[in-house]
Amino acid sequence: MTGTTTEFIMNILVIVFLIAGTFFVISASIGVIRFPDIYTRLHASTKAATLGISGIMIGAFIFLYVEHQIVSGKLILGIIFILLTAPVSAHMIGRAAHSIGIKPWSQDGNTKDEYADALKDK
Amino acid sequence: MNELINTIAIVCMIVVTISIALLLYRVIKGPTNPDRAVALDAIGINLMGMAGLSAILLVTTRLNDVILLIGILLFVGTVGLAKYLEKGVIIDRDDD
Repeated sequence: MTGTTTEFIMNILVIVFLIAGTFFVISASIGVIRFPDIYTRLHASTKAATLGISGIMIGAFIFLYVEHQIVSGKLILGIIFILLTAPVSAHMIGRAAHSIGIKPWSQDGNTKDEYADALKDK
Repeated sequence: MNELINTIAIVCMIVVTISIALLLYRVIKGPTNPDRAVALDAIGINLMGMAGLSAILLVTTRLNDVILLIGILLFVGTVGLAKYLEKGVIIDRDDD
């Protein structure tokens, strides 16, 4: 009885994690489509896609543990790797975009670009 | 219960496929080159999600190596692309 109850709760947990992760993945790609600028697109892509992939990986981890009694450390390692490398690559792309002269988007035409000012003062 | 998880995983895979299609639009049309780099990065992350969903659908553990490999190659490729966009070279030697 307790075994089936635990299994039921684990399966519900798998479903919840999968749906939450997929929601964040699709919202990340809608953000990449809809936002007006490279910097805002970086914001959408990095945060939401990292959260979505963490949800899907945790769901797969719990599913494999319930189904096969396998603790798959590679899925957890994948989450940690994405959490480490996504901000680094986003920072590098943002700096490259600024250095090849892409201005930040503004609705009325007078956005303050403090990074350009700091580069000028240096 | 397993049929329900299978159905959920198939629906999630369809949604991730739609997400990759939206990002592919940004890769093709994107106004500048860094936009394309961002969209390619997000496509790689979605591919990792598809591999995880395939591991659930096929009830196997052999796709976990694929997930790690996609992550590592994605990071190296994105860093190389960013350095190329910034300077025009990837490996720069400061001896000249």
